[in-house]
Amino acid sequence: MSRPRIASYWASACGGCDVALLDVHERLLELAERVEIVFWPIALDAKYADVEALPDGAIDLTLLNGAIQTSHHEAMAHLLRRKSKTLVACGSCAHIGGIPGLANLFNREQIFQAVYRDAPSVDSDDVVPLTRTETPVGALELPELHSTVRTLSQVVEVDYSLPGCPPPAERVWEALQAALDGALPPRGAVLGATDQTQCEDCPREKRELRVSSFRRIATEQPEPERCLLEQGFLCLGPATRGGCGALCQRSGVGCRGCFGPPPGVLDQGAKALGAVASVLECDDEARAAELVGEIPDPVRSFARFSIPSSLLRRRSLP
Amino acid sequence: MSESSAARVGVYICHCGTNIAGKVDVEQVAERARTMEGVALVKDYKFMCSDPGQDLIGEDIAREKLDRVVVASCSPLMHEPTFRAACERAGLNGYLMQMANIREHCSWVTVDKEAATDKATALVAGAVARSRHLRPLQRRRVDVNPATLVVGGGVTGIQTALDIADSGRRVYLVERDPTIGGHMARFDKTFPTLDCAACILTPKMVRVGQHENITLWTWSEVERVSGYVGSFRVTVRRRARYVDEATCNGCGVCQEKCPYKAPSEFESGLAKRKAIYVPFPQAVPKVPVIDPAACVYFKTGKCKACQKLCPTGAVDFEQQDRLVEIDVGNIVLCTGFSSFDAARLGAYRYGELAEVYTALEFERLCNASGPTGGEIRLKSGEEPRAVGIVHCVGSRDRRFNEHCSRVCCMYALKFAHLLKEKTRAEVYNFYIDMRCFGKGYEQFYGRLLDEDVRFVRGRAASVTDHAMNEGERGRLVIRVEDTLVGQTRRIPVDMVILATGLEAQRDADEVARRFNINVGKDGFFIEKHPKLAPVATATDGVFIAGACQGPKDIPDSVAQASAAAAQVLTTLARGSIEVEAATSVVDAERCSGCRLCNTLCPYSAITFDAERGVSAVNDALCKGCGTCAAACPSGAIEARHFNDEQMFAEIEGVLHDVHA
Amino acid sequence: MSTPEREPRIVGFLCNWCSYTGADLAGTARIKYPPNVRVIRVMCSGRVDPTFVVKAFAAGADGVLVAGCHPGDCHYIDGNHKTFRRVPLLSRFLEGHGIDPRRFRLAWVSASEGDRFAAVVKELTETVRALGPCRVGAEGGEAAAEVTP
Repeated sequence: MSRPRIASYWASACGGCDVALLDVHERLLELAERVEIVFWPIALDAKYADVEALPDGAIDLTLLNGAIQTSHHEAMAHLLRRKSKTLVACGSCAHIGGIPGLANLFNREQIFQAVYRDAPSVDSDDVVPLTRTETPVGALELPELHSTVRTLSQVVEVDYSLPGCPPPAERVWEALQAALDGALPPRGAVLGATDQTQCEDCPREKRELRVSSFRRIATEQPEPERCLLEQGFLCLGPATRGGCGALCQRSGVGCRGCFGPPPGVLDQGAKALGAVASVLECDDEARAAELVGEIPDPVRSFARFSIPSSLLRRRSLP
Repeated sequence: MSESSAARVGVYICHCGTNIAGKVDVEQVAERARTMEGVALVKDYKFMCSDPGQDLIGEDIAREKLDRVVVASCSPLMHEPTFRAACERAGLNGYLMQMANIREHCSWVTVDKEAATDKATALVAGAVARSRHLRPLQRRRVDVNPATLVVGGGVTGIQTALDIADSGRRVYLVERDPTIGGHMARFDKTFPTLDCAACILTPKMVRVGQHENITLWTWSEVERVSGYVGSFRVTVRRRARYVDEATCNGCGVCQEKCPYKAPSEFESGLAKRKAIYVPFPQAVPKVPVIDPAACVYFKTGKCKACQKLCPTGAVDFEQQDRLVEIDVGNIVLCTGFSSFDAARLGAYRYGELAEVYTALEFERLCNASGPTGGEIRLKSGEEPRAVGIVHCVGSRDRRFNEHCSRVCCMYALKFAHLLKEKTRAEVYNFYIDMRCFGKGYEQFYGRLLDEDVRFVRGRAASVTDHAMNEGERGRLVIRVEDTLVGQTRRIPVDMVILATGLEAQRDADEVARRFNINVGKDGFFIEKHPKLAPVATATDGVFIAGACQGPKDIPDSVAQASAAAAQVLTTLARGSIEVEAATSVVDAERCSGCRLCNTLCPYSAITFDAERGVSAVNDALCKGCGTCAAACPSGAIEARHFNDEQMFAEIEGVLHDVHA
Repeated sequence: MSTPEREPRIVGFLCNWCSYTGADLAGTARIKYPPNVRVIRVMCSGRVDPTFVVKAFAAGADGVLVAGCHPGDCHYIDGNHKTFRRVPLLSRFLEGHGIDPRRFRLAWVSASEGDRFAAVVKELTETVRALGPCRVGAEGGEAAAEVTP
């Protein structure tokens, strides 16, 4: 009886999701006994050709983390979809766009300008990545950078999502076990997360929620037992799916929304800003404007992880 | 909840004669509607609201098995109930009917026919898309307790209580003074008829005291209110009078013999009353109250003359406040007004100069049972040779109250008349405008013009006792700009009467909160609609009447009192009332207890269950504004009939691009 | 080949008690205004979730109007307070997405202000027309088409 085959791939990623998997520590060895890991760039030497050579559907479970930002990511997404029975969008980036999604506030030209021309450490003249470069010994190809970052489900059909930046190692382990035991919920489910919001698991005391000013942990210390948002420290917990056990809130920092919106909420950023604004203490529009003036960047504050999955998807292209 | 169940939408496009069809090409809209997803049939008809039009819908629901109906016609504010009823008659829940307003919002306001047709198409598309997500809703009825609470025993509260009690239902009338009667009992004569206030009021007061259906609690206040329309639970604090109401026979010996006095509130402080007192002889109930601050027994343990002399042993120094709980179906607030504190307007020197009086003080001077027996005398005992009446004190004044107090011009004219009747004084009225709007009011003013009252059009600037010539020595001088002659004048008088304005009661804010209603910018309770619902409030079951709703005279107060009584009786006649069906509901499974919604509800309909860690909406209190649903960060609150699904569908629908 | 500029499409959220009634009054008075606003009725402007506004732009609206009762007059006492609390932050959020804030308007229109409703619509339509069609990262991944250099 052959062992189940699993794979993991990182698209536009930081490596954190892979580290989350590695963080199961010795259980990794247990996993390696139980399954055949056919492809895992951070850890194994398998090649793309190896994946292409497999029959369609031969991989039982693929964890794909990172957002889809280049033509290569897109191609790999399609490839792994074809070759996998079950495809899991692992981590915020694959699930809702994640940090790479912030690139949707710019276009490729602006990114190239900033990275390859304006950055202080650039010492060359106008050298930007080209998709094809002819050299005396042949053509060199680089993937094309997309102006618009997409989630995995915007490119291929996804069977499950495992949210988090990264998903807590325990949640990854539980998902793997469930997959291997054939105990996964019906297709389309969000694994490693609850259907409530962070507030369910957050131990802080919630009284009546009103915000009279915005404060920052950079300059002030929040009271440890009280709801952060109530104290004026921006916390997206009420608008974020639970499952991590309110880790950030327990550490004295407001939730940044990496688990994405709770079920039924189409746009995490719009919902979160609407909720927070609804409880501002003010008598008129001018005062409301003044209060929210204390938030320098509403898009990044409320939709930090979710821009590609939002209703608008991106800033209008110039 | 899924779209697939709503597969058969019937679309009806009304011509409304030429109102719609004259501008919108209804046939083309119908044609386009046929291609919209979920549409089973489309018809257009001359007048959908007519009987045949409504029957058309009914027949189609049955024959074509329609499960949603869209009527593109006039405004829903016009005919939503009509078409809902038409659907109900055919067995389809009325909430599965959606209207598209292609008349008021389209045919009547658009110039170009093609543009109007395109817009109508978009509006129909929006309605069709929304209709597919509509769900049936049931309007509930809640029982109404037949007892009513009336708060405040002035003329308004008295009238309301009598109207309701006369219908055979129980009324609890709670008044915080020791007697009912309110401000009116302190007036001398009432304008414009010059009826004696007490003469017309006391018979009603007596009826209240004797009415078998009225439970009268004076020297009492409402402490707490909970519940909602039909079933309010009210806690009333019955303060200790130190006299037993049941055994007191009103003989008055205690007051005769009591050696100690205090300023009389009823007499506006111009006379004294005893420490054990009844505010005025016609008080109802005629049971005295002991003022512990003035009573020597409470201060030193001595005296007890009243107790010793009381023939029925009704005096009880050990009496305690009692808290009583009652259940009522409706509440009417008739808490009246409070007078503007003239001391705030330093320029008129009220409280500093002896002969400057407020209106209520002057009423007592005029009154035959007042401190001067009805004679107008200065403190020296002499008759004044000239009296100045200053209008708009604390009213029409951005420093204090911007509003006009409505009654002051008339009572100032009344004072002028009474002065002319009782004295030979020159009388000056200093006014900005003369507001004589009511029945017989202008004629009363005309009468005064014939009585040689001097009218100076100008807001009095100040009152001074600083004489600048012999004629002013020892007198008061009113400085004013006489705008009709264009000069400033100094007018010497001996007495100044300030026509102090009407304000909300000092504790109106607190009272409003207690009864879950609101106060406006001017401090008075807010009515549901200033024209169409002046005695109802945004809180079902709580009504307001009289001066607490805004300054007004006795006729208007009595009219509002009866109006409020009628509204209460409407609900009592049916025995139950319908509550809004399109309310909001919290899905306890999805609520995580962030409590963000808790402070948002204007009706305090949202409570937090600390044990379960979830918030909940009280269906009977919810009015369906949907604010909580909009704010809920987890999408756990659904605003029924305006839920997210329905809204998103309508948004996509109206953006239907006709030419795409 | 040139195609005519598409007429601006504006979605208007009107509260039942004040602005919707005011718009009806404009109709009864036969006041004429541009046909570009498509009205969606809500019971209270406080029902307008910022998500609705974002959704409208994402679904192709060139402008969005939210109209409610004047503060102090809300049928539900202070529903419109929540509305004006949300607007400044939402405006900046839209701006951050490249949507000119002049496309999004909050207006107080009472039940008796039919002419005011017409004036607001006229003004907003002209503003939006001058700004041109609102190009957003549309649904269905159209933005993905913008990947070639």
